[in-house]
Amino acid sequence: MRQKLENIRDEAIENISKVKDLDQLERLRLKYLGKKGELTQVLRGMGKLPAEDRPVMGQLANEVRYLIEEQMDEHKKNLEDKLLNYRLKLETIDVTVPGTNIERGNLHPLTSVLNEIIDIFIGMGFEIAEGPEVELDYYNFEALNIPKSHPSRDVQDTFYITDEILLRTHTSPVQVRTMEVQKPPIKIIVPGRVYRSDDVDATHSPIFHQVEGLVVDEHITMADLKGVLDVFVKELFGERTQTKFRPHYFPFTEPSMEVDATCVTCGGEGCRICSHTGWIEILGAGMIHPNVLKYGGIDSEKYSGFAFGLGLDRIANLKYGIDDIRLLYENDIRFLKQF
Amino acid sequence: MLVPLSWLKEYVDIDISTEELCDRMTMTGSNVEGVTCIGDGIEGVVVGKILKIDEHPNADKLVICSVDVGEKVIQVVTGAPNVAEGDLVPVAMEGARLPGDVTIKKGKLRGIESEGMLCSGDELNLTDQDYDGAEIDGILILREEYPLGMDIREALLLNDEVMEFEITPNRSDCLSVIGLAREAATTIESTLKFPSINVSPCTGNVYNEVKVMVEDTKLCPRYCARVIKDIKIEDSPLWMRRRLANAGIRPINNIVDITNYVMLEMGQPMHAFDLDKVEDRTIVVRKAKEGEKITTLDDVDRELKTNMLVIADAKKPIGIAGVMGGANTEITDNTNCIILESAKFDGPSVRFTSKRLGLRSEASTRFEKGIDINLPRKAIDRAAQLIQELGAGTVVDGIIDVLNADTNPRELEIRWQDINRLLGLELKPEEMVKILKSLNFGVQHRGDILDIVIPSFRLDIKGTEDIAEEVARIYGYDNIPKTLMRGTESRGRKTKRQKLHDYGKDILVGSGLYEIITYSFVSPKVYAMIDKQMPEVVTISNPLGEDQSIMRTTLIPSMLEVLSRNRNRKVDRCSLFEIGRIFIPKTLPLKELPEERQMLCIGMYGDELNFYNLKGIVQMLFREFGILEKAEFTPITTDTTFHPGRTASIKIGDTYIGILGEIHPKVGENYGLNIPVLIAELDYDTILDLSDTQKYYKGLPKFPAVERDLAIIVKKEVLAAQLENVIRKSAGDILEDVKLFDIYEGDQIPEGYKSMAYSLIYRAPDRTLKYEEVDAIHERIIKELAEHMGAKLR
Ligand SMILES: [Zn+2]
Repeated sequence: MRQKLENIRDEAIENISKVKDLDQLERLRLKYLGKKGELTQVLRGMGKLPAEDRPVMGQLANEVRYLIEEQMDEHKKNLEDKLLNYRLKLETIDVTVPGTNIERGNLHPLTSVLNEIIDIFIGMGFEIAEGPEVELDYYNFEALNIPKSHPSRDVQDTFYITDEILLRTHTSPVQVRTMEVQKPPIKIIVPGRVYRSDDVDATHSPIFHQVEGLVVDEHITMADLKGVLDVFVKELFGERTQTKFRPHYFPFTEPSMEVDATCVTCGGEGCRICSHTGWIEILGAGMIHPNVLKYGGIDSEKYSGFAFGLGLDRIANLKYGIDDIRLLYENDIRFLKQF
Repeated sequence: MLVPLSWLKEYVDIDISTEELCDRMTMTGSNVEGVTCIGDGIEGVVVGKILKIDEHPNADKLVICSVDVGEKVIQVVTGAPNVAEGDLVPVAMEGARLPGDVTIKKGKLRGIESEGMLCSGDELNLTDQDYDGAEIDGILILREEYPLGMDIREALLLNDEVMEFEITPNRSDCLSVIGLAREAATTIESTLKFPSINVSPCTGNVYNEVKVMVEDTKLCPRYCARVIKDIKIEDSPLWMRRRLANAGIRPINNIVDITNYVMLEMGQPMHAFDLDKVEDRTIVVRKAKEGEKITTLDDVDRELKTNMLVIADAKKPIGIAGVMGGANTEITDNTNCIILESAKFDGPSVRFTSKRLGLRSEASTRFEKGIDINLPRKAIDRAAQLIQELGAGTVVDGIIDVLNADTNPRELEIRWQDINRLLGLELKPEEMVKILKSLNFGVQHRGDILDIVIPSFRLDIKGTEDIAEEVARIYGYDNIPKTLMRGTESRGRKTKRQKLHDYGKDILVGSGLYEIITYSFVSPKVYAMIDKQMPEVVTISNPLGEDQSIMRTTLIPSMLEVLSRNRNRKVDRCSLFEIGRIFIPKTLPLKELPEERQMLCIGMYGDELNFYNLKGIVQMLFREFGILEKAEFTPITTDTTFHPGRTASIKIGDTYIGILGEIHPKVGENYGLNIPVLIAELDYDTILDLSDTQKYYKGLPKFPAVERDLAIIVKKEVLAAQLENVIRKSAGDILEDVKLFDIYEGDQIPEGYKSMAYSLIYRAPDRTLKYEEVDAIHERIIKELAEHMGAKLR
């Protein structure tokens, strides 16, 4: 009997190791462990053994059974792994093929840059205001200390609807409009479309965009203006950007200034973009003229303020390296897709 | 303003490099836009004298010149026909460089050695303005005597650097060399040395020669006149011609050149009339009379308006005051006697006149911006002095000076601390006094106050803020610190509406649309293009052209144009949106500002795109804005821009907010778009007004749903919205959702009918629905559909 069991064991182990698929394995399982299997048969003959032999033989038989089961399980797992690996291999795809195209559009580059600018000023405590594009001469000129006879009113530049109504030439009319309805402190930026009757070329468009800034409060100084603009320029163009403040003239600010930043393209070394000066002019600014505060109904003895204005199109072009303003308004989708 | 450096240096000591001067001038407010030197690029060209001209043995068109270039005589072959023995000419020696990077080498011309080249004006990059005769076809012949061998740049004064200043409109005083010299002296802390103006003793009496009457003293507060006799018209000396040319003014003759020279030097425009042509030797400054005309110096006939100021003689206008003189009294070679005019005319009046006539001049530019009331008299003496120095005529004794204005300097009293408060500085009053004195202000410090006397040429100074700028720009803008604002803390943020506005754009971008930005003015023709009548529009009175003359009332034409442009460029699929303003007049002609509304326009074309793609995007936007439930899409067949069978008008509740559909093929054709084009135009402002983004939590369902399908056959004209309406009404509350999942026409469906398949989901919030209950409702729906919509079960 022992011999028989040992034979079954050896034969089974050998057979199991030769099995190639799960069906075969199942057949072997039936052959040894099934109801009519060889091991089962042997165990059935256990009753014929002498009583004192039974525990020994029983233990041996169980050992053999356990061993065969263990071998089978192990082999089954191997076979299953192999099978799975085989299937996975069949399922292999080319992962270098481009992904499925998810259709998503883009904001216009002017909007993207504007959003960046707005974020910077919101971070400094500004709010956003707007004003009409078809504007009264009063707000566009008169209330900005530019009376009808003023030399800086060049009719060539202004689109008129009637004698008193025009297309705003800058976002500055929103200055007095805001002061009329809001008491200080005022801290706003005003993005918007403006109009000048320039013929179209690579650097001129009769329609372009500005962002105006206006701060009115007690104790506002020119040093504050410089501080705000310096932060803005560094946030927009990078921490290492330098600013230069040059005296200039605007009828609605005094003192006035133009602000240059170190050229984005060459970092100040000098290149074609900056006419080899290392500097590019990016905005105009100044302390609000007391006459303008008066027009806005604000006591210029108590309050002071500053205003600034920048050309959004120019900034977008500088940031993205666009060399022709017309591209912004052509809306060629191959252009739009780049932003 | 172009200023030759040599001229500037005459009035102020400058011992720094031109580059440093430019930088420092820019930083005190006189922005230098560039420096040029006309002689740049010329090297090794000298004055030579042609001693002898011989024929070339091998060429008819060439000659051989022996040229004395000072230290030696060289042989030069030239093809120019205009040279003669004895002429002084520019000679480019071996190794010389000419503008355009040309280098001259020795060589043989048809077998004859040429040791250099005779130069034309063109080869030296000179124009007639630089040197009269420079533009003739041939060698430049020099009219003056020069030492032979002298560098041509030195001879013709071509090595002067010319600075170009950007003069802001407030600084009329800087439209002069002396004005900029003042600025330079303050900027670099140097000394000024103005020319002393002395007219040598004269004979005669101006009052016997001419009579001056100023009728309009408001428009002409000062009129000075002098008379010069025995005029000898000739070229002014080279140095004067060169300076004028470098400053951008063409030399004419000594008298005209002197008036221009004084204008550039001092900023006072002047004019000379031929006295013999002045009727009754009388000058009248008056407004033009009805119907008067004048031919100006530029030979243009001009009609005058009665509000224009003219200079007239006893009978007729002889000049437009401050703008341009008349041809009838022009200086000619035969002029013997002149009246010299040096006046102050009212700026706005000159500006109005020059604008009306479309005639701007160096003079009008200066008058427009304002003239120092003391300047006319100083300038007329300076001109007389130069006439004497140049021997151009005999100055008659005396000045007629009609003065009707206050010449006392203006004064100002300011608190010096106000300046520090505005600038954010802590300057001592002494520092301010020093700066202001260096700018020619009279200043007295008295406690909190500075008593200031404004120099008469500083017309721009009116209040504390102007003085603050003077102090700041000389102290140095760069020396002012950068600080962060004190005062009330403010919270920066976008309003809810602004955030929603931006969110809408994000949604559209997320749906695959690209944002475009187009012009707000369009052609009136666009309405015909989209097959509409032109509505009332805001019209620009001075447009760039007819095509950009009205403010748009719809974004659709601009969108179609962009789609068309992309299509023409072979882009086969395009999905775009624009959010922009339209302009609706409230009255015409415009008395008040028009209404400006923000509209959203979506436009797309492309193979697989149809109405439902566009509608899907619009619905997504509505859902995000919380208005989808209230949105109603109704077929509209009457909008001529759109396809009558594929267009819906959209309402939110009772409010019309726009249209959505396929463009009418005829409209598409107008834009060269012979493919289906989908357009939606929505009132974005109203959508933002109506939006409701507040969200409320609803409990998750606790009981299972029962799902039933329903397939019916209805007439083709029956709308999905109608069917859904009936289904919802007859089902009541326990119908949770209706989904249309199939529309079918064709086989097994009768002609003119369609099959519509719905999936209905029933659920009760408080119990598990019984099948019998659902069956009853389902039956009721079928019955109602049959009754109201003529629907049959499929
Ligand atoms: Zn650069």
